[in-house]
Amino acid sequence: MTTDSLRTTAVVQPRDRKGVRRAPKAPWGSPGLYLIAIVLVTICITPVLYIIIGGFRTNAQITADPSGFPDPWRFTNYSDVLAGSEFWTALLNSTIVAVGTTAGAVLLGVMAAYVLARYEFTGKPVMYALFAAGLMFPVTVAITPLYLLIRNLGLVNSLAGIIVPQIAFALPGTIVILVPFLKAIPKELEEAASIDGASRLGFFWRMVIPLSLPGVITVGILAFVGSWNGYMLPLFILNDPGLFTLPLGVQNFSSQYSVDTARVLAYTSLSMLPALIFFSLFERRIVGGLTGAVKG
Amino acid sequence: MTGTQVMAETVPESDRCTGAGVSPAPVRRARADWRKRGEIVLLSGPALLMFVGFVILPVAMAAFYGFFKWNGFGWPTQFVGLDNYVHMWQDHTFRDAVVHNFAIVVLSLLLQGPIAILFALLLNQKFRGRSLIRVLIFVPYVISEVIVGTGWSLMAQDAGAVNSLLEKLGLGFLKQSWIADPKLALWTLMIIITWKYIGFAVILMLAGMQSIPEELFEAAAIDGAGFWKIQWNITVPLLGPTIRIWAFLSIIGALQLFDLVNIIWGQYISATAGTSTMATYMYQNGHLAGSYGFGNAVAVMLFLITLVVALIYQRFVLQRDTDGALTGDSGKARR
Repeated sequence: MTTDSLRTTAVVQPRDRKGVRRAPKAPWGSPGLYLIAIVLVTICITPVLYIIIGGFRTNAQITADPSGFPDPWRFTNYSDVLAGSEFWTALLNSTIVAVGTTAGAVLLGVMAAYVLARYEFTGKPVMYALFAAGLMFPVTVAITPLYLLIRNLGLVNSLAGIIVPQIAFALPGTIVILVPFLKAIPKELEEAASIDGASRLGFFWRMVIPLSLPGVITVGILAFVGSWNGYMLPLFILNDPGLFTLPLGVQNFSSQYSVDTARVLAYTSLSMLPALIFFSLFERRIVGGLTGAVKG
Repeated sequence: MTGTQVMAETVPESDRCTGAGVSPAPVRRARADWRKRGEIVLLSGPALLMFVGFVILPVAMAAFYGFFKWNGFGWPTQFVGLDNYVHMWQDHTFRDAVVHNFAIVVLSLLLQGPIAILFALLLNQKFRGRSLIRVLIFVPYVISEVIVGTGWSLMAQDAGAVNSLLEKLGLGFLKQSWIADPKLALWTLMIIITWKYIGFAVILMLAGMQSIPEELFEAAAIDGAGFWKIQWNITVPLLGPTIRIWAFLSIIGALQLFDLVNIIWGQYISATAGTSTMATYMYQNGHLAGSYGFGNAVAVMLFLITLVVALIYQRFVLQRDTDGALTGDSGKARR
């Protein structure tokens, strides 16, 4: 399953890019097509817009007409949230956790994927199967014992207690995506490097990493987004609101200010902003990577 | 992927090239062998340690803890055998949760599959604005479950935007207690799940469709087949592998569902609303209750159910596409 689908992705990605480049020349579709597309997009986007626009209303407006537009537009909810420290603390914590997870998962993932892609040894099929099987078991299955392990290591209520398990759970996806990328590097390059006196490890750092950069970026983004949106692990590990990441921050905020709906909406839309900006920047890679990663 | 097989030959060979004549070949070969082993350990060791330590070991420990009555402190001493498992299956709230999980599995496949294929078929044509549409329908997938849950629970509450909108549209008779009504809550959850994950399914289907050779469509069009006929007879059958993999992911995801339920229904009303899942049951009766022996037994059950479903699916459905991800190694992929 894994390699099969990944190979398709490897083929699809460049074609996809070509398709986008060709886009301006594409003809207009039929009106019916646009009608259906508009309905689909409306369904997908309206709840998101509701959260964002709702943040510009007052509680009185929301109570009087839950599905109305702001009248007048009020910016105090957003400015209040931005003036408080809760949002910024959660944003900082989320950033630290996501950056740490990404760095760890990519570094360890590239190293292990390199071994699986370019070395021949007895335990290789087992090692690959181990990581591939890990894809099927997200954190939910392991969370209860994992919490105990983290607690025994004294990492409860610390960001490290989130980062370390997240790296471990990001590894299967990272490795399974990277192996085909690393296999694709021509062996002639390695021979040439070896003749020029480069050690295998030197080859790894100087040639493999730069050449597999597209794959490395894809897995990096996937690890980042997964960490950024992660909920269950922080829920179990973190109790101190000062360490909450954004998802926990949203949950905490919405129970703390449950009567202040407008402010909850403002906080929620602010916390989705980083993810949306990140997505719009890396949209093609996220879509391409996910179709590969999750297909595995 | 023949690269690896060749690589194994390449290294000693190139080694021999550079070091010819320095020492007898067997010695050099042995030394290179040790060096290779060292590199393998150095490069893959850290990842293996992390993976085994934080993924495999916890699951194995859960199997052990599950036999004890234990509050999570100190070393478990009160061995109770299979009591935790018996107790679990005797508890109707757990059985309900399992039923909810499987209902969510089936409904996810039935709701999302056809909708996703239909929309992917429409979006697979080349027309202006297609890439923008693809980005927009993917937005719900990118924002976190917590945000989705928080937003939807505000919209779907009794005095929320959904009921208000229905009234404005003159559909006031459709107003419902979307979240609290046990007859409806599961369907509300399904609507939210569909909304959240449909973009992903569409993108996946689109990727699958793009790997179908265009010549097939051209040939069918020349033979006079219409749009829908082409889709039904060519695209959908050739999309088989993609659909089967998507269904697999959807099933696994539905069995592990936690975030959305926990955020919208909280730990306490999910059981009465009829949306509890094995994972929310585990969180409530294990972690929150401080019964770690029992909680770990539930974790083991969740693992076993997922594993059995995954193996059955691999055996009977995915088998045509692959040698099996659990057993196959990377080099064995067909094609």
